[in-house]
Amino acid sequence: MVFLQQLINGVMLGSTYALVAIGYSLIFGVLRLLHFAHGEVFMVGAFIGLGAVVYLHVGPLVALLCAAVGCALLGVVIEFVAFRPIRRRNGSLLAPIVSSLGVGLLLQEVATNLFGAEQTRFPPQFEGEMIRLGGLFVTSTQLFILGTSFVLMLAVHLFVSYTKYGMAMRASAESTDVARLLGINVDTVIVLTFAFASALGGVAGVLVGFAFSAISPFMGVSMSIKGVAIMLIGGLGSIYGAMVGGLILGVVEVMTVGYLASSYRDAFSFALLIIMLLVRPQGLFSGASAAKR
Amino acid sequence: MSDAPLLDVTGVGVTYGGYVALDDVSCRVVENSIHALIGPNGAGKTTLFNVVSGLVKPESGSLQFRERQYTGLRPDQILVMGIARNFQQVRLFPVLSVIENVMVGCHSRLPRTSFRDFVLGPLGRDKVDRLARERAAEMLDLVEYRGDTKAPPSQMTLVDQRRIEIARALASDPQLLLLDEPAAGMNPAEASQLSEIIRKIRGLGRTVLLVEHNTRMVFSLADEVTVLSAGKIIASGPPSAVKSDSAVVTAYLGNV
Amino acid sequence: MFNSYTESLAVFFGINVLMAFSVYLPSSAGLISLGQGGFMAIGAYTSALLTAKDVPFALALAAGAAVAALIGVLVAAPAVRIRGIYLIIATLGFGEIVRILFINLEFAGGASGLSGIRPLTTLWYVVGVCFFVGLCLWRLRTLTLGRAILAVHEDETAAEAMGIKLLQTKLIAFGGGAAIAGLAGGLFAHYALFIDPEQFGFSRSAEAFLFVVLGGSGNPLGPVIGAAVVTLLPEVLRFLQDWRMSFFAVLLIGCAIWRPGGLVAARPPSRL
Ligand SMILES: Nc1ncnc2c1ncn2[C@@H]1O[C@H](COP(=O)(O)OP(=O)(O)OP(=O)(O)O)[C@@H](O)[C@H]1O
Ligand SMILES: [Mg+2]
Repeated sequence: MVFLQQLINGVMLGSTYALVAIGYSLIFGVLRLLHFAHGEVFMVGAFIGLGAVVYLHVGPLVALLCAAVGCALLGVVIEFVAFRPIRRRNGSLLAPIVSSLGVGLLLQEVATNLFGAEQTRFPPQFEGEMIRLGGLFVTSTQLFILGTSFVLMLAVHLFVSYTKYGMAMRASAESTDVARLLGINVDTVIVLTFAFASALGGVAGVLVGFAFSAISPFMGVSMSIKGVAIMLIGGLGSIYGAMVGGLILGVVEVMTVGYLASSYRDAFSFALLIIMLLVRPQGLFSGASAAKR
Repeated sequence: MSDAPLLDVTGVGVTYGGYVALDDVSCRVVENSIHALIGPNGAGKTTLFNVVSGLVKPESGSLQFRERQYTGLRPDQILVMGIARNFQQVRLFPVLSVIENVMVGCHSRLPRTSFRDFVLGPLGRDKVDRLARERAAEMLDLVEYRGDTKAPPSQMTLVDQRRIEIARALASDPQLLLLDEPAAGMNPAEASQLSEIIRKIRGLGRTVLLVEHNTRMVFSLADEVTVLSAGKIIASGPPSAVKSDSAVVTAYLGNV
Repeated sequence: MFNSYTESLAVFFGINVLMAFSVYLPSSAGLISLGQGGFMAIGAYTSALLTAKDVPFALALAAGAAVAALIGVLVAAPAVRIRGIYLIIATLGFGEIVRILFINLEFAGGASGLSGIRPLTTLWYVVGVCFFVGLCLWRLRTLTLGRAILAVHEDETAAEAMGIKLLQTKLIAFGGGAAIAGLAGGLFAHYALFIDPEQFGFSRSAEAFLFVVLGGSGNPLGPVIGAAVVTLLPEVLRFLQDWRMSFFAVLLIGCAIWRPGGLVAARPPSRL
C-alpha cells in the first residue's frame, strides 16, 4: 500500500517533469539547442499563476491558462531576442548555449528582485479533503495535477499527430530536414515551438506551486538540468520519450526518497543519464540515426 | 624487381548499406614503382584508398604490407607502418599554418620533447621543434611549394593546397604514398610539374600508388596500371597492355 | 600592497582563470565540458582532506590535480566517443553525479561540507600556478602534442590518417583539463576555508564554460579575458545594485549575438 501511495506521488511529480521535458525536447529537436532557460520559464509560469490566484482571485484552471499564455509570450520573446539573431548570424554551436544561460540568469535575477530570494507561499487551491480509492488516499490537489497533466499530454499527442503545424513540429524535432520537405515555413515552426513548449513549462510551474505550496526564483535551476537528463533518457527530440522519461524520473525520485535517503534523490537520474549515454545514446524512443551527430 | 610486392591487397570487399563499392578486389603494388589506379567516377578508387589506409574496414579480404598482415590496424598505426596518403577533397587543418600542417605529418617520426626543450623553447632552443620545422620546410621544397608557410592553408590556391597535403604525407617518411587525384584542378604545366615531382619521390626510393583521371599523365608516368570499374578490377598490367585491353576501352576509355 | 578586498578579488580571479584554462584545454581538442565543477570539487576535497592530515600544501594540491586527472581519464575513456551536444550533456551529468556523491560521502562532511580548512592559499601561490599553467598552454602549440590536439579538433579523420592517436590525444586533453580544475579546487578550498558540494554545482561549471566562450578559444588569452570579464564586471557594476546581475545577463546575450567567437581570441571557423 505504501508502495502504491509512493507510486502515485511519483507519477504526479513525474507528470510535471514530463510537461517540462516535452518542451525541452521540442526545442532541442527543432533547433538542436539546449535551452537552459527553460527551467526559468517554468519558474516564471509559477509566479504568473501565483499572481493570478492572489491578485485576480481566479480559480486554478484560469491560473493555469494565465501561466500558459504568459509563458507562451515569454517564449516567443526569448526566441526573437536571444536565439533568432544568433541563427541569422550563423553562430557556433556554443553561442546559443551562452545566450540561454544569459536568459536564465536574467529571468532568475528579475524574479529575485521582484519577489525576493526566499520561498514564496503559494496559497492552497483545494480543500484538504482526501479521496479514497480502494485502500489509497489521494488529495484533490494530486488528482487535479494528475488530471491536468494527462489531459495536456493527450492534447500534445493529438496536436502533433493530427494538426499540420503539430506534425511539422514533431517532424522537425525528429529529423530536421523533413519539415522543409513538407514545405512548411521553418521560422513559423520555430516560433510556434517556443510558444507551445513555454506554455507547457508554465503550466507545469503552476502545478508544482499547487503541489508544494511554495515557489522560489530558483526552482527552475534544477529543472533545467533535470530536463536535460529526462530528454536524453527518453531520446533527444522525442516527445513520447520525454513523457515516459519524466514519469520514470518522478517515480524513481520519490522511491529513492522513500526507501533510501533524500540525499540520493538526484543520483539516479544522472546515473541513468550516463548509462543511457554510454549504452543507448539515442535514448529509449529515438531511431538509431539520432546518435550520430 | 623483387617478387614479393610492397602492398598486397587480396579479395577485398566493401559494401555501403547493400551497395557494393568494392567486390573481391586484389591488387599488388611492387616496391619502388609508380602504380596507377584508374577507373570511371564512382568505381571505388577512393574507397580502396580508404581501405588501404585503414579509414574503412573491409568486410572481407586481407591486406599485407611488406608481407606482414595488417588488416584491422588503426589508421595511425598504418601511417607509422609506412603508408601515407592525401585526400581527394583536400583535408588540411584550417587553424594550423601551412608549415604546422606539414609538421603534423612529422609527428610519428619525432622524439619526445624533453623537459629542458620545453622550458627553453621560448628562447628558440627546442630541438624537436627545430627538427620538425626543418623537415617540414624540406618537404614543402620537395613538392615545389613556393607560397607563404606561416599563413593558414585556406589562403592558398587549391593547387597549392594539394601540394601542401602531399608534403604533409611525405613528412611521415612513408614507403608507400597514396595520391588520390593530386592533379585535379591543375593546368597542363602544373600537371607535368607534378609528374616530375612524383618521379622525384620515386627516385627517393618510395613507392607511389596514384589515382588520376588525367590519362595522358597516367600512361606516361606509371609502370603498372590497374583499372577498376564498378568495384571490380577489370584489367591490370603495364600501360601499353592496359591501353589496348578491349574491356578497358569499352568500360572506361570509351566513355571519356 | 593589497587590501583584503582587492586581494580576495585577485585570488578568486586567479582561480577562475584556472577554471577557464580547464575548459580551454579540452575544448582545443573539440571536447566541450559543462562539468568542470565536478573536477574542481574532486581537487578541493582531496587536497583539503590531505592538508587536514598535515600533508604539505604543494603535495596536497598535486594530489588533488592527480586524482581529478585520473577520474577525468576514466570518465572520458568511454565518453570521448560521443560528440558535440552529447558530450556536453554527459559532462553535465558527470558534474551533477560528483556533487551528489560528495553530499553522500560522510568522511567528506556530507551535505554540510568541510570547514576549518587551513588557510594555505596565498595570492602568490595563485599567481604562480596561473603563470605556470598559462605558460604550458601557451607553449603547447609548438609541441607535437599541442598540434595534435588542434588537428584532432579540426578533422579527426585526417588527424588519424596522419598518425595521430585519437583516443590518447583526447584523453590527455580531457585529463589535463580535469587536472587544472583540480588545482583550482585545491587553491579554492584553502582560501575559502569552507567547502560544500553546492559550491561546485552546475553554476560553477557553467561559469567556467562561459569564461572560454566569452573570451574566445583561439588562444589561452581568450579564457583569461573571459574570466576577467565575468569576475570583475559585476564588481565594476556595483552601482547598479540589485540589477547588476541582470545587466550582466543582458551582456551575455549580447556577446552571444555579436561576438559569438569570443571577445578577443576568436578561433577561425572550422567544422565542429
Ligand atoms: N561513405 C559512403 N557511404 C555510402 N556510399 C559511399 C560512401 N563512400 C563512397 N560511396 C559510394 O561508393 C562508390 C565508390 O565511391 P568512390 O569514392 O570510391 O569512387 P571513386 O572511384 O573514388 O570515384 P571518383 O572518381 O568520383 O572519386 C560510389 O558510388 C559512392 O557513391
Ligand atoms: Mg575518388
